Amino acid sequence: MKASKAIPGPRRRALSTDRLVTLGLHILAGATLLLLVGFVGHIAWSALSEFKPELLAFSPTGIGNQFFNTIYLVFLALLISIPLGIGAGIYMAEYATKGKAQKIMRISIETLSSLPSIVLGLFGYLVFIIMTNSQWNLFAGALTVSILTLPLIATITEDALRALPASYAKGSYGLGATKWQTISRVLIPAAFPAIITGIILAAGRVFGEAAALMFTAGMSTDINWASTDITSPTNAFNPFRSGETLSLQIWASRSESLDPNASAMANLSALVLLALVFTFSIGARALSRHLNRKNLGDNK
Amino acid sequence: MNIESTLRADRIWRNVIRGAGLFLLIITAAIGIFLLYRGTGTFTIYGHSLSEFLFSTQWQPADTLAGGGHVGAGIYIVGSLITCALALLMATPVSIALAIYMAEITPSVGRRFWQPVIEIFVGIPSIIYGWLGLTILVPFLQKYTTADSGFSVLAASIVLAIMIFPTITSVTMNAINSVPKTYRQGAYGLGATRWEVIYKIVLPVAKHGILAGVVLGLARAFGEALAVAMVIGKMKAFPKSLLDPTVNLTSAIAADMGGTMEGSEYNMALWTMALFLFVISLLFILLIRYITSKGGNLSESK
Repeated sequence: MKASKAIPGPRRRALSTDRLVTLGLHILAGATLLLLVGFVGHIAWSALSEFKPELLAFSPTGIGNQFFNTIYLVFLALLISIPLGIGAGIYMAEYATKGKAQKIMRISIETLSSLPSIVLGLFGYLVFIIMTNSQWNLFAGALTVSILTLPLIATITEDALRALPASYAKGSYGLGATKWQTISRVLIPAAFPAIITGIILAAGRVFGEAAALMFTAGMSTDINWASTDITSPTNAFNPFRSGETLSLQIWASRSESLDPNASAMANLSALVLLALVFTFSIGARALSRHLNRKNLGDNK
Repeated sequence: MNIESTLRADRIWRNVIRGAGLFLLIITAAIGIFLLYRGTGTFTIYGHSLSEFLFSTQWQPADTLAGGGHVGAGIYIVGSLITCALALLMATPVSIALAIYMAEITPSVGRRFWQPVIEIFVGIPSIIYGWLGLTILVPFLQKYTTADSGFSVLAASIVLAIMIFPTITSVTMNAINSVPKTYRQGAYGLGATRWEVIYKIVLPVAKHGILAGVVLGLARAFGEALAVAMVIGKMKAFPKSLLDPTVNLTSAIAADMGGTMEGSEYNMALWTMALFLFVISLLFILLIRYITSKGGNLSESK
């Protein structure tokens, strides 16, 4: 231990500061993990301790309808934003001239993705509800949410295309392919794993959206599962009926709801939402690893 | 397929893709224009002044087309500012420390374990943070502090802080990771400890990226509506302490928009709040662009 005594004072202080900070950071990281475990545990515990089978019912006593609405709404939103988003991404990566056009596009995308969702909700309310003279409906909600996912998907597509080696496009052009043939048969298939992963992540992010939906998709839901007429206002698949989602159900049950089960339903909704978000985030990771491995294998 | 139809397909698709790009621009422009058109109604139709909206604390807009009420949003603006500032104050040190931990102390575990953990935090919908705030934090504050109801500035700030810390952490981590390895090696070669390397080399080099992350977090906090609305208490008064309830811009829009008459003074005043939020979020974008453009030399010298 003679050696350590020989260390001059400032150096010793530096070393002990280093150890102290490292210890502090370990503790902080542990606390963060504990916080996450605590959150998830609390939600799971509150949901499961009050659990009754009827809470899962596809009726006003359960959250089944809200669950269906959430999935259906995200599906509709993606149906709108995937083609437009991928198109805009291709435009950014391949067509937009460097400089002005790209700069304007980028500012526009940044604006859209930083828009507070309550502001977007108001825009959707004005344009899709008031100006079309309609009641709250799922389609208006889907259109509004698709504005949220549009910049995400466009950015993902652009990044994925830009990450491809330039030789892909050159090889294709060298064989006499047109620009569109190159994009549709070489670049998009090669960028596909990254794009699909990004879309799943985007979907995971909009499951929990609430503020953009409260004035568009509406805060009530009434589904008659026996209905086979899609134009009926109670048919499950009619996009022009109002449709409360899981997140709006949580929002509504904070005080407005007089249902004694409201809090139990909200806890269960929170748990289901968490499960959806986790599944999509983990699924996107697994899929991207799988597809990347497959791609690498093909290249060998 | 013959050449002519191939070329025609190429032309058609070029226009389709351009259309998609254009569509994105149109949407953005439409949002801006509609907000501007509706949001300025308070000033053009009902004749209020901008300084009344920003600085007056008298908020009594009339829910009629005749108008004649007061549209001072001062309390709401202050509510938004206080909660966001407090949230930032709480979240920033923790976020930066965590990012340092993940990127510098446990780099390999950081990538494989901590990054997904932070991503899960980012992915948790804000409404769930609000719900947790309502069911854990508010009762806790009511029980263990002098707060009357638990609905308070403090509750809102904590919910916001928890909501934005993963955002700041992940941007900061990227900024730290993009500091060239040679910088660290140089410092270690001179005998610096790990903390000295972090504190004196890595953080100063990554500061623009970190700042951009902080602004991004602030932007998220400023625009968050429902999570805050669930715990802030919606009391139309300046808070005298952190444990008092108050109100902010987003929760006012969320709570009151549905009940107003289309085109009334009240309705328009809420739109003005939305326009204000939009303008602030644009300012945040510009700020982030400015900060990252100043730090741009770093990525080039990599």
